[in-house]
Amino acid sequence: MIRIFALLIGLFFSGMLLLSFAIGAYTAATETVAETAEHKFHKHAKAVSFAHDGPFGKFDRAQLQRGLKVYKEVCAACHSLNQVAFRNFAEIGYNEDEVKAIAKGWPAETPSVDPETGEASSRPAIAADKIPSPFLNEVAARAANNNALPPDLSLMAKARHNGPAYIYSLLTGYQNQPAALLKKFPDSKTGEGLYYNPYFANLNIAMAPPLNDGQVTFDDGSPNSKAAMAKDVAAFLTWTAEPKMEQRKSAGWAALIFLLIFTGLAFMSYKAIWADKKH
Amino acid sequence: MATVDTAKDAAVLAAHAVEEEGVRRRDFIHVATISFAGVGAAAVALPLLGSLSASADVVALSSIEVDISKIEPGQAIKTSWRKQPVFIRNLTPQEVKEASAASLDAMRDPQTLAERTLPGKENWLVTLGVCTHLGCVPLGAAAGEVKGEFGGYFCPCHGSHYDTAGRIMKGPAPTNLAVPEFSFLSDTIIKIG
Amino acid sequence: MSFPWAQVYAPKNPVMQWVDERLPLPRFIYNAVGAGYPVPRNLNYFWNFGSLAGAALMIQIVTGIILAMNYYASTDGAFNSVEHIMRNVEAGWFIRYAHMNGASFFFIVVYIHMFRGLYFGSYKAPREMIWLLGVVIFLLMMATGFMGYVLPWGQMSYWGAQVITGFFSAIPVVGEPMRQWLLGGFAPDQAALGRFFSLHYLLPFVIAGVIILHVWALHIPGSSNPTGVHIKAQSDTVPFHPYYTAKDAFGLGVFLIIFVAVTFFAPNLLGHPDNYIPANPLSTPAHIVPEWYYWPFYAILRAFTVDFGIPFSGFVIIPAKLMGVLAMFGSILLLFFLPWLDSSPVRSGNYRPLFKKFFWFGLIPCILILGVCGVMPAEEPFVMLSQIAAAYYFAHFLIILPIISKIEKPLPLPNSITEAVTGKPLEMPQTAAA
Repeated sequence: MIRIFALLIGLFFSGMLLLSFAIGAYTAATETVAETAEHKFHKHAKAVSFAHDGPFGKFDRAQLQRGLKVYKEVCAACHSLNQVAFRNFAEIGYNEDEVKAIAKGWPAETPSVDPETGEASSRPAIAADKIPSPFLNEVAARAANNNALPPDLSLMAKARHNGPAYIYSLLTGYQNQPAALLKKFPDSKTGEGLYYNPYFANLNIAMAPPLNDGQVTFDDGSPNSKAAMAKDVAAFLTWTAEPKMEQRKSAGWAALIFLLIFTGLAFMSYKAIWADKKH
Repeated sequence: MATVDTAKDAAVLAAHAVEEEGVRRRDFIHVATISFAGVGAAAVALPLLGSLSASADVVALSSIEVDISKIEPGQAIKTSWRKQPVFIRNLTPQEVKEASAASLDAMRDPQTLAERTLPGKENWLVTLGVCTHLGCVPLGAAAGEVKGEFGGYFCPCHGSHYDTAGRIMKGPAPTNLAVPEFSFLSDTIIKIG
Repeated sequence: MSFPWAQVYAPKNPVMQWVDERLPLPRFIYNAVGAGYPVPRNLNYFWNFGSLAGAALMIQIVTGIILAMNYYASTDGAFNSVEHIMRNVEAGWFIRYAHMNGASFFFIVVYIHMFRGLYFGSYKAPREMIWLLGVVIFLLMMATGFMGYVLPWGQMSYWGAQVITGFFSAIPVVGEPMRQWLLGGFAPDQAALGRFFSLHYLLPFVIAGVIILHVWALHIPGSSNPTGVHIKAQSDTVPFHPYYTAKDAFGLGVFLIIFVAVTFFAPNLLGHPDNYIPANPLSTPAHIVPEWYYWPFYAILRAFTVDFGIPFSGFVIIPAKLMGVLAMFGSILLLFFLPWLDSSPVRSGNYRPLFKKFFWFGLIPCILILGVCGVMPAEEPFVMLSQIAAAYYFAHFLIILPIISKIEKPLPLPNSITEAVTGKPLEMPQTAAA
């Protein structure tokens, strides 16, 4: 009885699937799927290497500090970094006083309440504060950016596939829309207030090209070409997304070495116990 | 013959020795494996237990800055430090005089006012608002609250009376109200912690 | 059932004696996973995965309890509380990554455990109850995993909850009210997050309870083995301890090496980048993809593209969407009937030439294809591939298996486990006694 039911149900499901397949195959054979510009012209992130890559990689502190400077002077005008607190900058090589100075001198202030009147107000940030957002809220952010919302950057390096390389590619990837694209997809012309960037998912990004050669000057005279700055800020955002990366890797090695020894011992134990048993 | 026998015996003994050696080596492996497992379990337990300690953002807030410019002599404010109440009291000259002059003999936890304040700023008494008996918040910091028999603080839970310098005078509390580490950043701003 | 030659607990230590007389817990453990449980001597490494699944559950429970101490089940706070754990709580990043990857490894281990059962016929009499309880555990795991993935309240969390609860709206008439009841609202929100958190905390303990029943049921007939032949004499078995405790310890070491390698060096390998974007009810990700362990089922869900009805009349009896939902649940629920669908008396696939071919060249490739199709966007050729693979999946269990179990000529079985291992025939106990 159970087998008869099973047979009927099996025939039904398999039959419907094969019918779906047949109709799908017929459709695929008779109709061509329209190609899209995104399909044809989207590019994967450029190959770029960082000091923190690989199982032994460590952050390059000087690069992170340069990246912070780029973020502060360029990105922070529109993008928040709301998971990061000023005190965290101690981890990229600043001492307590430097951290306080960075907090105090930050372009945006921390929202607070006027102690006299109770009205919304702001005060200079302290080390324990999270980095203040450039805009009070989403509405303000959209209003200032042509209705596009600049995303928070704290986790950007983990929120995109191959994040650090994606950030680098996006920042250095602005170009004119290729003639071949317009020829093939005349309707896909980059719209008003948008910029063509083949590394962006739908090719047209609302962010204007943010970096120009020499835009930020580094105290130590490090190169400040567009590519160098993009790489620095990509490294910095990798740190903001994964600040515990170095602890993670070193703990990982300790755990792996320990487990290799344990497993070796356990294997010998296992073999010794089974030595007189054929199995 | 004897030599043959001895040789035989030696061979047997040697065989035994090898066997014993084998047994001992095996035991050693089991002991080592189990010990390693134990060490591993402890090594994992440490971070798990460590995660219960104060997190980085809590530790970062362990010092605060308070503006005291609005506290008139004779008034006190209640603020919060490390999630505990802190009383900041601006003593009147009269109170300073009396508290400094008070006899230490009668006190349970003898301390002079100077020991409980900073030099030159004896009118600024900063104490934790936590009764040293069982942790209630004493009254006396806000306007209109009962200040107890000694004009300082009074804990309503079990009736501890503190004087204007926050010293225990009467009731079950064993010690004076604790004075946290603090300093003056300027005449009007103090940093606690 | 207990084998007559099973060793009997006889503690030498007076403290253990004292405890055992008053509460025979030491005896219970001795008989369950100690020297008192005789186990076939010929188990291969596939038999390690039961104890590994237990270890994986323990990892999840221990890390989960600590995560719950720092997590806020609120739509405003959930995402940030997870980041708080990652950034501020001491070793929080380790605990969170271990929990996140631990879920994946739990499923890997359980899938291999199920595969073992499928190939070696562990579901057959007298072990049907073990199998049925195992399917219950699997269903509970899927529910727990889904609700856990919602908790960080990232984009994939939110849209996963939206899509999965959307299955129910396929049910005619009661579907939409049912979905609203499940979510406690019109879309995933605070009510849904709160109940998912509560149930995500509860269900692992239910799983642990069903595991106890699963192991209890196992101890009635005793463990199966790669030949599928019953235990006949003492020489077929070894005591669980120390033989299999030692082997399981070694297996645990290998498992932990792989687990640690992924958790510490590629913690986001098995996750989706979109879940690092806070949930946004107004913007759907380009591709909504469930966690990898649901991919085959997700592919089955999407494989149905044709409504079932009266041809050319436009009258629909079962719309494609509902059929997808039914098939997806059906693909798991059919496992409950497996012991009665496969009527071959031979358990182990090693002795079933026809079964083996369909298993290796039909079922396994189809499940893998479904897995790949589940993560790919709904485009050709993946839809067509998933339709073929899903059709085979149902046909395999519901049509092919019942048929081959009738027509197949199995290979000769060894007379005993001892014979299979040593090549010498078993000396039957009475002969030995004589």
